[in-house]
Amino acid sequence: MHDSSAHAHVAHHAPPTSFIRKYIFSLDHKVIGKQYYGLAFIAVLFGMFLSWLMRLHLGWTNLAIPGLHLLSPNGAPGNVMTPEYYLQLMTMHGTIMVFFVLTTAPFAAFGNYFLPIQVGAEDMPFPRFNMMSFWVTFAGFVALVLSFFIGDGPTLGGWTQYAPLSAVGSVGGPGEGTGVVLWATSIGLFCIGQLLGSLNFITTTLDMRTRGMSLWRLPLSAWAWFITSVMGLTAFAVLMPACVLLILDHVAGTSFFVPSNLVINDQLQPHAGGSTLLWQHLFWFFGHPEVYIAIVPGMGIVSHVLIPNMRRPMLSHRTLIYSMGALAVLSYMVYGHHMFVSGMNPVSSIVFSFPTLIITIPATIIVLIWLGSLYGSRLRINSASLFALGFISMFITGGVSGFFLAQPSLDIMLHATYFVVGHFHMVMAVAAMFGIFAGTYFWFPKMFGKMMNETLGKIHFWLTFVGAYCIFMPFHYLGLAGNIRRYQAFTADYMQPLIPVHKFITVAALITGASQLIFVYNLIHSRFWGKPAPDNPWEATSLEWSTPSSPPPFDNFGGKLPVVYHDPYQYGIEGSSGDYVMQTSPEHIETKSDER
Amino acid sequence: MATTVHEPPKIDERLKGGSGNGGWRPLVPEGGEVRLVQDYAPPPASTGIWVAIAAISMTFAALTSALIVRKGGAPDWRHFTLPSILYLNTLILIASSFTLEIARRRVASFMGGPRTKAESPARWLYVTLGLGLLFVAGQYIAWRQLNAQGLYLATNPSSSFFYVFTAAHALHVLGGLGGLGRVIRKLGARTLKRSTMDATSRYWHFMDVLWIYLLLLLWMKL
Repeated sequence: MHDSSAHAHVAHHAPPTSFIRKYIFSLDHKVIGKQYYGLAFIAVLFGMFLSWLMRLHLGWTNLAIPGLHLLSPNGAPGNVMTPEYYLQLMTMHGTIMVFFVLTTAPFAAFGNYFLPIQVGAEDMPFPRFNMMSFWVTFAGFVALVLSFFIGDGPTLGGWTQYAPLSAVGSVGGPGEGTGVVLWATSIGLFCIGQLLGSLNFITTTLDMRTRGMSLWRLPLSAWAWFITSVMGLTAFAVLMPACVLLILDHVAGTSFFVPSNLVINDQLQPHAGGSTLLWQHLFWFFGHPEVYIAIVPGMGIVSHVLIPNMRRPMLSHRTLIYSMGALAVLSYMVYGHHMFVSGMNPVSSIVFSFPTLIITIPATIIVLIWLGSLYGSRLRINSASLFALGFISMFITGGVSGFFLAQPSLDIMLHATYFVVGHFHMVMAVAAMFGIFAGTYFWFPKMFGKMMNETLGKIHFWLTFVGAYCIFMPFHYLGLAGNIRRYQAFTADYMQPLIPVHKFITVAALITGASQLIFVYNLIHSRFWGKPAPDNPWEATSLEWSTPSSPPPFDNFGGKLPVVYHDPYQYGIEGSSGDYVMQTSPEHIETKSDER
Repeated sequence: MATTVHEPPKIDERLKGGSGNGGWRPLVPEGGEVRLVQDYAPPPASTGIWVAIAAISMTFAALTSALIVRKGGAPDWRHFTLPSILYLNTLILIASSFTLEIARRRVASFMGGPRTKAESPARWLYVTLGLGLLFVAGQYIAWRQLNAQGLYLATNPSSSFFYVFTAAHALHVLGGLGGLGRVIRKLGARTLKRSTMDATSRYWHFMDVLWIYLLLLLWMKL
C-alpha cells in the first residue's frame, strides 16, 4: 500500500559516520534544528541574566552587584552599574532576545526539525545551505558576545540602533565605535543565515511534499513556518544591506546616516548630508515583519499543540491560514507606526495608522478561532496545552494595548514610556516564549525519545504564567503614569512614587527567572533519565508521529516516504486507532474539516 | 463507522503541469476514490533560484530606496559622469547571456542524445565564464578610473552609492561564476542535472537584467 517509490526525491545524502559530520557540521535537518535550539537555549539564559542585572539596577539604583566589575571593569566600578553600562546591557538584552531567541527557537529550531518531517520529506533540498545557515548565525552570536570583551564594551544604542547615534563612532559613547561595528556584523551575519534558512523552508514546503500532501493538507505549524520564511526572505534581505551601510559609515567614512553640522560632545562630526530617518525606514521595514517572524511560528505551534489536546480540528483550518497570510502581507504596510514620533510627516502617520488598525482584524480572527475551537472541547490538560493557552492569554493581553498605540495621537503620549515596553514584551516576547515552551513539551518526546516530567512542567507553567503577568502588567500602569523608558534611574519627583512598583517587578523577575531552572532541570533530566516515549504519545495525526521511531531515523521515515490520504487534523472520528485517523492511514473517512 | 481500505494512489496524467503533489487541490476527486497525484514535483533548484532572485531583488530595492531618500534630503549630492567602460561592460554581460543560452540548449541536446556523437557543449560555457570574468575586470577598471578622478567610496554620497551598488552586483556575479564553474565540473563528470543548468542560467540572466537596471538607475541619479 505504501509505495516506497512514491516520490521523486530519494536519498540524496547518506548517513554520516564521523563525529564532526554527525554532530558539528551536520547536514541533517534534525541535528541542525537541535543546534538552533541549543543556541537559543544559551542565548535566552544569557539574555535573561542581563535582564536580571538591569532590573536590580532599576529597583535599587546604587546597589553593588557582587562580581559585576569582572564583567566590565569600566561599566561597573565598585560593582555599581554606570548609566552607560545599563544602556549597553539593555541593548544586548534586546538584540539577543529578538534575534537569537525569538527568531531562532520557534522558526529556525522547530522549523528545521519538523518542517521536512511534516511535509513527508527526508530532508531539506539544500542541506549544505542549511548547515551554513546555522553556522553563520552562530558566528553572528559570537560576534555579538565578543563585543562585551573588545574595546569599551557592547553598543548602547538599543536593539534598533537608531542613526545618527549608531553611525558617529566612539564619540557617541561607550561601545558606539567597535561595539556598533560588531553589532552590525553580527546582525548582517544573522540575516545571511536566515536568508539561507528561508530559501530551504520555502523550497521544502513547495517542492518536497510527499505524495498526496497538497498544500491544504499541511499542518498549521508547517503553514506558519512557510509564511514566516516568506516574511524572513523579504525582511532580512533589507536589513542586511542596511547593516552594510552602517558598517561603511564607521569604517569607510561614508555619510549615509549622519547629517551635516552634527555636533556630539562638542565635536563637529566630519560626515555631511546623511539622512537621519533613512536607517529608521530601513530598520523598521525589517523590524515590523520581524515581530511577526517571532510570533507567527508560535501561532502555528500553538494551534498544532491545541488540536490533538482538544481532539477536534480548528473551527476553520483555511481561515486560520488566510489570517496568518494576511498578517504577513500587512506587516509590511504598518512599519511606520514605530516612527510616529520621529518627525515624519503627520499625513504619513495617518497612512500608517490605518493598516495598523486593519492588522488587528486577522489577529482577532485567529484568536476567535482559537477561543471558538476551545469552547466546550474538554481540553486535555498537560504542560504543552497549558503553555498554548498561556500563549493565547499573553497574545490577547499584549494585543489589546496595541489598539492604543496604533493611534498616533495616543502613541505620541505613550511612545517613550513603559507602556510600550509592556506591550511588546507581552504580545511578542512572552507570547513567543510560551509558544517555544508549548513546542518543547509537545515535541520533546519525538526529538529525544523520552517523556518530560508533567508535574514539573505544570509547576513551571504556573510560576511562569503568574510571574509574567506580575512583571509585565505593571509596565502598562507605569507607562500611563508617565514613567519614561530607557532611563537607568528615575530621579524626577513625579516618578518617586513609582519606585516601589519597580522593586516589585524586579522581585517578580527574579522569581520568574529562577523558576525557569525547573524547566532547565526537566529538560536535562528527561533527556537522559526520562521515561521512554512511545512513537505517538499525544495520539496525534500529522506525519511527525508516523515516523518509525523517536527520534526519527536519519532519513525520517525509514526508507519509505509516506503517502498522505487525509487532511492534517482528523479527530473525533471513529478510526481503527481510536478517535483519530493518521494522515498516512488509508482508511476511508468522512472529512472533518473545511477541506472540501 | 465502518472503515474501508483505499486503492493505492494512481498517477493521473491529466494533472501534469500543475504544481507537485497536488498543489492546492484536495486530492480526493468528486465522487471518486482514486487519489489524483503525480510523480512529478518541480526540482527544488528551479524553485530555489526564484526564491534567491526574490531575495536579491529585495536587497537591491532596499539600496535603491536608500539612494532615493539619501539624495532627496542632501544638499551635498555631487553629480558625476559614469565611466564609459561601463557601457562596454554592459555589452559584454549581455553577450554572455547569449552564449550561456547557446550553451544551455547544447547541453540539453547533448544530454538528451547519444553523448559520444554530439560535440561537448562545454566550450560555450567556457566562453560565458570568460565573458563574466571580463565583465568583473571591466568593473574593476571603472573603479580605477573613478579613483583617478579623485572619486573614492567616501568622497561623496553619489560615489558611495556607485561603489556600493557596483560592488554588491559584482559579488553576485562572482557567485554566478562559481555556479558556472560548478556546472562545467558536473558536465565533465557527467553528473549535471537539467535543473542545475537551468537554475544557473536563470541566475545569470537575472544578473544581466539587474545590471541593466542598475546602470539606468546610476545613469539617471548620479
